[in-house]
This record gives sequence, C-alpha cells and structure tokens, in this order.
Amino acid sequence: MNLTILTGATALLFLGFIFELVRRRRLREKYAVLWIFVGVIVLGLGLFPTALNHVAIAFGVANGVSLVLFFGVMFLLLVCLHLSWEASRLEDETRVLAEEVALLRLRMDEQSERTEERSAS
Amino acid sequence: MTDTLHAAEPDTAAPDTAAEAATGEAARRTQRVLIIVPAWNEAASIGGVIAEIEGALPFVDVLVVDDGSTDDTAAVARSAGAVAVRLPYNLGVGGAMRLGYKYARDHGYDIAIQVDADGQHDPAYVPKLIDALSGSALVIGARFAGEGDYRVRGPRRWAMTMLSWVLSRLARTKLTDTTSGFRACNRELIALFADWYPVEYLGDTVETLVRALRLGYRVSQIPVAMRQRQLGTPSHSPAKAMLYLGRAFLTLFLALVRR
Repeated sequence: MNLTILTGATALLFLGFIFELVRRRRLREKYAVLWIFVGVIVLGLGLFPTALNHVAIAFGVANGVSLVLFFGVMFLLLVCLHLSWEASRLEDETRVLAEEVALLRLRMDEQSERTEERSAS
Repeated sequence: MTDTLHAAEPDTAAPDTAAEAATGEAARRTQRVLIIVPAWNEAASIGGVIAEIEGALPFVDVLVVDDGSTDDTAAVARSAGAVAVRLPYNLGVGGAMRLGYKYARDHGYDIAIQVDADGQHDPAYVPKLIDALSGSALVIGARFAGEGDYRVRGPRRWAMTMLSWVLSRLARTKLTDTTSGFRACNRELIALFADWYPVEYLGDTVETLVRALRLGYRVSQIPVAMRQRQLGTPSHSPAKAMLYLGRAFLTLFLALVRR
C-alpha cells in the first residue's frame, strides 16, 4: 500500500508538471501530446502497480514491474535518439542561417560603400 | 612569405606559358573564375596569399570566407583586394566552402577553385586546374602524383592509401591525393555544392568526391607540388594519426552507404 502511495504521488506530480509546461506554452504541441500520454500511463501504473502482471507473465517476464522497466529503458533510448536527431537538424538549420547572415552582411557592406561613394562624388 | 617550392623539378612546376596560350587562354577569358579561400584566424598569412593569387592570376576574383575568425582576417583580406564574407561563428572548412559555393552560384561564376589560406597551395597551378576542367567536372590538385616531394608516414599514410585506392576505383582514374583541399569544379558542381556540402572533418574532401562520382560527374587530378605551410605545423603524434585513420574509414564508409 505504501508503494502505491509513493508511485501514485510521483506520477501525479509528473503529470502536473507536464500540464504546467504545456499550459505555459513551454512545450511544442508534438512533445506535449507525447508527454501527456506518458504521464497518463505512469499515473495508471502508479495507482495499480500490479495491473501489468498478467501481460508480463504472458511475455515470459517475471512480473509487471520488470516489464515496465524494460519498456521504460527502451522508451528513454528512443527519446535520446530523437533528441540527437533534432539537434542535428537544428544545427543544419542554424548553419543555413549563418550563411545567409554572412551573405546579407556582405551585401549591406557593399551597399553602404556604394552610397558613400555616391555622396562623395 | 616563404617562397620555397617543395618541387623536385621547379621547371615543370611553373606552368609552361607557350603551351598554356594555345589551350587554356581562350577559355579563361570567357569563363568567370572564383577563387574561394576558407580562412580561420589567418590574418598573418592571408594578405600574402591574396597578393600572390592576384599577381599570378589577374583574370580571377578572390572570395575569402572568414570562418568566424577572432582576429582581423576579413579586414586584411579586404585591404588586399579580395571580397571578404564573414560568418558569425566558426562552421569548419565544409561550412565555409558551402558559403563560398553559394556566393559563386549567386554571382554566376563558371568555375570555383578552393585554395587554402595558409599558403601551401601554389596559385601557379590554377591555370592547369582550369584546363583540366574541360574534360572533367572536378579536378584535384594532387600531391604524390610525381610532382613535389611531400611525404607522410604511418597510419596517416595508410589512411591516404586506402582512400586513394577506393576512390580511384570509383572514379576509374588514378587519384593519389583525395584529401587535397586544392580543387576546382565547374558550374554544375557549384550548384550542387551550394546546397549540399558536408561539414564533418574529411567529409568536405572525401564525401564530396563520392557524391560527385555517384552522380556521374568525372573527377580527375593534376600533379602539384605543395609548399610547407607558412605558419603552424601539421600534427605528427601517433595517437592523432590513428584517430585520423579511424575517421578516414568512418567517413568513407558513411559516404559509401549514404544516399
């Protein structure tokens, strides 16, 4: 019973935190949906830790907690991979921006030089 | 500026003007040529390099891509008569070159030639590179091809041998120096490289070759003698050489499997 209180309370805090982030528009919608989904699953499992025992036994896993641990690790690996992918994409995008900034700066310099020449003559 | 040519035979190193006049002169007058010089904190050497290029090649334009330098590379380049474009932060040679190719594409250049800012590439070979472009889309100015006496040993050499072997098969012609940064390409490849140019170390040389060959462009090389760097020394530690070999394998592998 103590365990259920611990996991249930943690899950509630987690879900509340996500909700607050979404409410303050700190998370993009795609991430918000993902994390609310995760939060709801965590809350369900927190309140009923034994709910997955039958599924676990069917898969040949000793109990539900082990199964949750396994899927949890897999999920975190996927999230890390996704973040690496996002970081690479963002780096590509900032690279393009840096190039554009450099070209714009060059064009501006040339323009101001031309106006200076015109005003001088 | 040191002027010590590392060539075994300085006579053949300097372009033969009589032969040049017959082949390349006409093409050079009609084609617009841009020399792209990627530079990162090269204020000490960039002025001499630009002066040498403009002295030897009056028909070209010079673009210096200042890759987020903290010294006054761009200002020195500008006062030496080049166009200098400044990146807001350091992107690496690949990033600088893509910007150079973008500039070449936007300004309608027919030929873009990469020359390093440290003075190891002799602009006297540029007319030869341009002439060779009549038969291929990309021409590499290559060491180890008979001219000059540049030597490397150990893992670094194995890496270069491995790269040369694989890329020579792909290109169906002998390529002895695939990591050379002294290279010229035509209008079609300028358009390709303006949008796509790898940033990773070695990717800017090896992966671009693989991509160009995959797309059916011809790649060839001409022998050049490279000079000692004017400033700074290449690293010679064994650990770094092994790392280089590993990266060469990885880069080549990724270049071959990537779409």
